[in-house]
Amino acid sequence: MNVHANAVAKTLAACKPWSREAIAARAAHDIPEGWYVNLGIGIPVLVANYVPPEREVIIHSENGILGMGPAPEPDKINPWLINASKKYVTLRPGGSYMHHADSFAIIRGGHLDLCVLGAFQVAENGDFANWATADNDGMPSVGGAMDLAVGAKRVWVLMEHTTKHGASKLMHRCTYPLTAPGVVKRVYTNLAVLDVTADGFVVREIVHGLSFEALQDVTGAPLRRAH
Amino acid sequence: MINKIVQSMAEAMAGIRDGSVVLIGGFGSIGQPNALIYGLIEQGAKDLTVVANNAGVGHSGLARLMEVGRVRKIVCSYPRTSDPVVFAELHRAGRIELEVMPQGTMAERLRAAGAGIPAFYTPTSAGTKLAEGKEVRKFSGRQCVLEEAFFGDVALIEAWEADRWGNLTYQSSARNFNPVMAMAAKLTIAQAQHIVELGALDPEKVGTAGIFVNRVVHVPYGEPTVT
Repeated sequence: MNVHANAVAKTLAACKPWSREAIAARAAHDIPEGWYVNLGIGIPVLVANYVPPEREVIIHSENGILGMGPAPEPDKINPWLINASKKYVTLRPGGSYMHHADSFAIIRGGHLDLCVLGAFQVAENGDFANWATADNDGMPSVGGAMDLAVGAKRVWVLMEHTTKHGASKLMHRCTYPLTAPGVVKRVYTNLAVLDVTADGFVVREIVHGLSFEALQDVTGAPLRRAH
Repeated sequence: MINKIVQSMAEAMAGIRDGSVVLIGGFGSIGQPNALIYGLIEQGAKDLTVVANNAGVGHSGLARLMEVGRVRKIVCSYPRTSDPVVFAELHRAGRIELEVMPQGTMAERLRAAGAGIPAFYTPTSAGTKLAEGKEVRKFSGRQCVLEEAFFGDVALIEAWEADRWGNLTYQSSARNFNPVMAMAAKLTIAQAQHIVELGALDPEKVGTAGIFVNRVVHVPYGEPTVT
């Protein structure tokens, strides 16, 4: 399905796409109390700022933090405490530190309820790609994504719906090298919230002012309505 | 009397040979032993294979070691950091080799080396480009990839406190790769902000036991800057 950049621009102008912060806030809303959650680089790390403080969600960061809190006040920075995006963060009461092998035992060992990752592409069969593209093969950067993708009980992806050139990031099959096959369960974009099911993408929610048909027009795989 | 504390950087770096595999702790600049890296530059060993999570930022620390032409190959999980200018230029010019490794696989291969485990199977990277050419076997219906222990000739470690037996403590998320790298090398050299009397460290807080450490050098540099 070829979607032209100007057609996409028209669609986006006609509705109110969610900002990066709004995408993070929307995903944070769906994380229940008690879950252990890892947040990847990009929009996902913003989720930490939107989990209501009274809800106990325990956030893990691959660089050895369990119980990570939001960004600190400027005068309360711990210079030794950063997240996966290398930004300053805080530790909640009850939090702990661990070395990398233990941190990835948490990740790979099936102890996380959820990991939230960014992506270049997500396919309707749950494949996703977020570490290398044809364009930047000079710097393929996998980080902890492949460990998280196979280790967490669920994988959610937070990303823009289209590239800056207007190409859909939701596709029939990924064209970039995979991070892991068949693991994505839900996608939050600036236009919609979608589940990845055995029948492909199912739309749970659409941004205000956008029709199902218009969403389908800018999406590179067939969409189904939620029942 | 055992005394692993050395009085000079030259003494700390003595005997590091050309062609060595050098493990360098840190996640970005946090926990990265910059003083030891500068000591290694001064010492002059070249044709090095460096193992680190990132491929250097800006022109300091690891980036500087690459810039002065000492690194033949970098093994890392995430070269695409905020400003990987030195690595990007060298890689484009074909003057440095890159091996990208999933972060958790890197941590576990290092741990395995230190723990006497010659190889292990992991689900990480199964079905992706990074598993190409590797032995794959099914466990409980799941594809897993055979990964071998990864040994270093030298490990450069950043610690918070150290005593003369080489016991080390770490600060917040600066622990990261340091403990697993300390286990995995033949020669482990640590820089520490504080040298304390034997017996002064709380045994419950020792992050790396002195048995894994060969030399300690006192580097009270203060607070790191995030890069």
